[in-house]
Amino acid sequence: MSDEARILPVPVQPRLMRWSFVLPGLAALACALVLPQLANAYVTEVATTALLYVVLCLGLNIVVGYAGLLDLGYAAFFAVGAYTSGILTAEFGFNFWLTIPVAMVAACAAGVIIGAPTLRLRSDYLAIVTLGFGEIVRIIARNLDITGGASGLIGIERPEIFGFKLMQVQHFYYAFLVLALITAFVCLSVERSRMGRAWFYVRYDEDAAAGIGINRVSAKLQAYMMGAVIASVAGCLYAAKMTAISPESFTFNQSLLILLGVVLGGMGRIPGVVLGAILVALLPEVLRGAGTYRPLVTAVALLAIMLFRPNGLWPDKRV
Amino acid sequence: MALLEVHDLRLSFGGLKVLHDISFSVEKGAINSLIGPNGAGKTSLFNCLTGFYKPKAGSIRLGGRPITGLPPHRITALGLARTFQNIRLFKEMTVLENAMSGQHCRSRHGIVSAILHLPSQRREEEAIRAVGMRWLDFVGIAEHAHRHAGGLSYGDQRRLELARALASTPALILLDEPAAGLNEREKLDLVHLIRRIRDETGVTVLLIEHDMGLVMQVSEKIVVFDYGQKIADGAPEVVRADPRVIEAYLGTED
Repeated sequence: MSDEARILPVPVQPRLMRWSFVLPGLAALACALVLPQLANAYVTEVATTALLYVVLCLGLNIVVGYAGLLDLGYAAFFAVGAYTSGILTAEFGFNFWLTIPVAMVAACAAGVIIGAPTLRLRSDYLAIVTLGFGEIVRIIARNLDITGGASGLIGIERPEIFGFKLMQVQHFYYAFLVLALITAFVCLSVERSRMGRAWFYVRYDEDAAAGIGINRVSAKLQAYMMGAVIASVAGCLYAAKMTAISPESFTFNQSLLILLGVVLGGMGRIPGVVLGAILVALLPEVLRGAGTYRPLVTAVALLAIMLFRPNGLWPDKRV
Repeated sequence: MALLEVHDLRLSFGGLKVLHDISFSVEKGAINSLIGPNGAGKTSLFNCLTGFYKPKAGSIRLGGRPITGLPPHRITALGLARTFQNIRLFKEMTVLENAMSGQHCRSRHGIVSAILHLPSQRREEEAIRAVGMRWLDFVGIAEHAHRHAGGLSYGDQRRLELARALASTPALILLDEPAAGLNEREKLDLVHLIRRIRDETGVTVLLIEHDMGLVMQVSEKIVVFDYGQKIADGAPEVVRADPRVIEAYLGTED
């Protein structure tokens, strides 16, 4: 059997998006675009929150879903972004758009400081360290003067784009929609690249990955930093929308909610994570009628999902 | 100069000595085997060579370069690839994605160029894909490229491990019991494949194997281990006649 004579099968380059996703995707996008025109301010507000969670969950999905690292302090990077942008605009008069790259650099630095020593650890230890990190960031924000202490930071500048000032709920809805779309595109691009595959190799079998030539610490650190950068950008826009931020926006509960969105929808896969994020934002609103029974109803719903769809509502078919 | 030179290698876990002053070498272009009873320290030696264990003393040189104590990914990048005794594939990923993993250390594009979809990044992705396909074809499982690795038959999973290791373009490949669990026909195919690896690609092969028939058939030199010590080293017919080897395998008469 001679190899030379045979024609190699043509390697198929995966498309960025499968056709079966394009039409429903476009329909969803069309709905998202017209929503603020049809809905009242309350619905738009909730939808904006949902888009914020989409961005945060997509970011955390890189860490948890792709690289398989359990991060219990993800809100810390969200806080780093929000406070960096808030302090620079409110205290130093920076242009909002200039604060985004600064926040990204700050989140990267925070990611390296916390990640470099701890990403050598196996996942259980990492969860504890990230949990601690989340609390440390919140407590620092509570106690520094520049962050406004426990009462927080007020008077954050509203961003302007081409002379147009983002003011109303609708404006921020569209801003978050653009950010969510960019984030999804970025995640999709990286997921199907050399580094994205490396994260999956490390997630599925760390030793085999190392044996085949992947620097596992570097791969994990890059996932951690990329997650941090996405959260920080979401933080910048969040600060601009709220115009006031306080340490209580970045509690352990916040980290848990983001993680819940990732796990609920089906980690590792973008459509599942988007669905999970939307559910996390909508659930408290939908269950408002349940009054004091809300935590109970939420818990039962989550238990049911874990029992009947253990890999999430819209799971990765790889698993 | 030999491709792989191991000199006075010593490994212990706590008080337990696993390897005692092991020295041997593998010439470039050879097919050599490591044999010995269970627990003799063969896999531990592989783990030292590939950086998974840190030896207590001694030196390992690959192509004249010291690799002792380097992390596994650096050793792979320097040209030493391995397979695992109990197959360690990325079972949830496709066969092609598994084969492509070998090219990670031979490529360089990162997150930013993937986001920007740079032309050079696209070209590199295609090259990685082509190399993966080439090795799948070499081991004969190219038609399964888009299936999940976990769904392959046992024999094909073994082949995929080989393709993945070969895709890192190594100078030396270490095979840890490649024939384990294979039937007679598959073993014959494996012998053929191991010879093709050396003859067609020039990759040097060092294998651990329990199947004596296969070892005798394929190896030019055999190193025999017992209780963490090297007890014999030489051509198959020499090793087979060595009284210490016979003793290690069959026990003494009294």
